[in-house]
Amino acid sequence: MSDVLVVAEHRRGELRDVSYELLTAGRELADSTGGDVHAAVISGDVDSYAEDLNREGVDAVHTVEYGEEFNHGVYTQAVEQLADEIDAQYVVAGNTVNGLDFVPAVAERLDLPLVTDAVAFETGDGLSVIRELYSGKTEGTVEVDSEEAFVTVRPGEWPAAEGTGDAAIEAFDADIDESELDTTVNGFEEVGSGDVDITEADVLVSVGRGIEEEDNLPIIHELADALGATVSASRPIVDNGWLGQERQVGQSGKKVTPDIYIAIGISGAVQHVAGMKGADTIIAINNDPSAPIYDIADYGIVDDLFDVVPALTEEFGG
Amino acid sequence: MKILVTVTEVADADDEFEISGTSIADQYLTYDLNEWDDYAIEEAVQLSEEHDDIEVVTVTFGAERVEETIRTALAKGADRAIRVWDDSFEGKTILDPSQKAELLAGVVEEEEPDLVLSGVQSGDVAIGATGVALAEKIGYEWAAVVNQLDLDRDSGVASVHRELEGGVEELTDVEPPAVLTIQTGINEPRYASLRGIRQAQSKPLDVVSPDDLGVELEESAIELTELVEPESESDTELFEGSPEETAGQLAEFLREQGVGA
Ligand SMILES: Cc1cc2nc3c(=O)[nH]c(=O)nc-3n(C[C@H](O)[C@H](O)[C@H](O)COP(=O)(O)OP(=O)(O)OC[C@H]3O[C@@H](n4cnc5c(N)ncnc54)[C@H](O)[C@@H]3O)c2cc1C
Ligand SMILES: Nc1ncnc2c1ncn2[C@@H]1O[C@H](COP(=O)(O)O)[C@@H](O)[C@H]1O
Repeated sequence: MSDVLVVAEHRRGELRDVSYELLTAGRELADSTGGDVHAAVISGDVDSYAEDLNREGVDAVHTVEYGEEFNHGVYTQAVEQLADEIDAQYVVAGNTVNGLDFVPAVAERLDLPLVTDAVAFETGDGLSVIRELYSGKTEGTVEVDSEEAFVTVRPGEWPAAEGTGDAAIEAFDADIDESELDTTVNGFEEVGSGDVDITEADVLVSVGRGIEEEDNLPIIHELADALGATVSASRPIVDNGWLGQERQVGQSGKKVTPDIYIAIGISGAVQHVAGMKGADTIIAINNDPSAPIYDIADYGIVDDLFDVVPALTEEFGG
Repeated sequence: MKILVTVTEVADADDEFEISGTSIADQYLTYDLNEWDDYAIEEAVQLSEEHDDIEVVTVTFGAERVEETIRTALAKGADRAIRVWDDSFEGKTILDPSQKAELLAGVVEEEEPDLVLSGVQSGDVAIGATGVALAEKIGYEWAAVVNQLDLDRDSGVASVHRELEGGVEELTDVEPPAVLTIQTGINEPRYASLRGIRQAQSKPLDVVSPDDLGVELEESAIELTELVEPESESDTELFEGSPEETAGQLAEFLREQGVGA
């Protein structure tokens, strides 16, 4: 028992980027245990996925043919059986919406500890997981006092595995009990289309919960007008219905890559950053110097947005 | 029909804070109802307003301090509340979703709700796993990250949207009894009205121990052994001075980049 099982993720015919990152994270763990890296790919076009997953450092890919898309009942049963079959020491999956829909259930079934949202590992004498706590303001070391464990890893923290490996690709004949599949996936729906396309903008003035009230939004629009920029937002602004969903930046919104992104009253939560870290220049206006947005901002003003934003608008004759 | 809402409170750290042991020193923390649970409460209360026979019960594992947060949930329309606590947890941050699920499962077994609504995550520790772990423990179906819920009581099916990444939602049917983890934006949580706040004072809030529930907790294999304020990787260039001065410097930079020209 020293092997690591990595559960790949795909959607609508494509492996998701996080799958390749999981291979790297899995390799790191396997190096510490001296074991092999096994990848599992469940449902959909598993043979073609398996070829893509055969990257350097991967020892085996197990394919489970069953249905097309993610169904947590299928994943739960297949991963439970595979973990048992290869006698996995660690099982690694993405800290993604689907990861969080099946991993806690499998960990529970196998009565193994689960640590979610890892950003790094400390290996050596057993496993410790580094993860953020208190909205990204602190980092904790979580010691796992168990031979075996489940870990979900944060997307974007490990580099994607590269190259071509010489993994054995094997079909795994999972025994899926259909009477247990009480959840049916009927399809997908795309949301968030609208008049503006924030992904096309060169300059984004992005507003977050620091704006406090809908009535305060005009100062943001005035700034954007003065700059010739487009207004975007973090999630709470959209959840509150103050701006349309098409303006939401982040994991569940849009991924933007403007030349300049001005984050105003936005803390920089991981799900927000996922959507804007590709901006060329990031500018933060936030009165909390410990806000995680300052980990990625190129320029910043640590002050009250209600003072800074109007002054900035005025600079541009607004 | 009964809906159980799992409600927790989150600790928000001040701009400046100090760490003591493996937590942020208490004087730098402010406690509030977890944002995701606020949406879960609203969803349950809206269902109970549509259907007369729906009872909404909340459950919280937490020290006496959380009663203020629980009263907020009651003021927003929950009918009664249960608080589970054991003094041996005083001052501890539980990071083990299985342990939290075990504590909550004791209440589920007693209450036998048709639906359990949880939040997607606790905003502070962001484990994001308690709801699904609970579902598996009690043998309920589940769906994680739900941002739309239509409950068809005749067919007994909950049709939900699961919010995936990148503006895609998954349309899924779940057969209750089930645990749904609720995502922000699913509704518009109400503010507690004065009347609601007054009524909340007389709503039942029962306090039970894991013992009372017959829950025997195993020692957790997960322990937080260190907490640090990460060395900032930041090389942010900060503009200094009064708002007029900083705005002036930023304006100059933006103009250099050809913005607003
Ligand atoms: C599954 C999932 C998906 C998600 N998807 C997304 C997503 O797509 N996009 C997204 O944005 N979020 C997403 N989130 C939510 C995310 O976790 C955060 O809750 C959210 O990004 C916080 O938004 P915010 O920064 O505006 O608010 P907060 O975190 O509340 O930050 C507000 C900031 O404003 C600052 N501030 C307050 N007052 C002032 C003032 N007067 N002057 C200057 N600064 C001030 C504060 O210091 C604080 O840093 C998702 C969460 C989950 C669990
Ligand atoms: N101590 C607790 N008491 C009651 N419910 C909780 C508790 N901790 C977590 N939960 C519920 O589980 C959800 C997910 O939390 P977590 O897995 O801790 O991120 C929260 O939104 C709550 O609904």
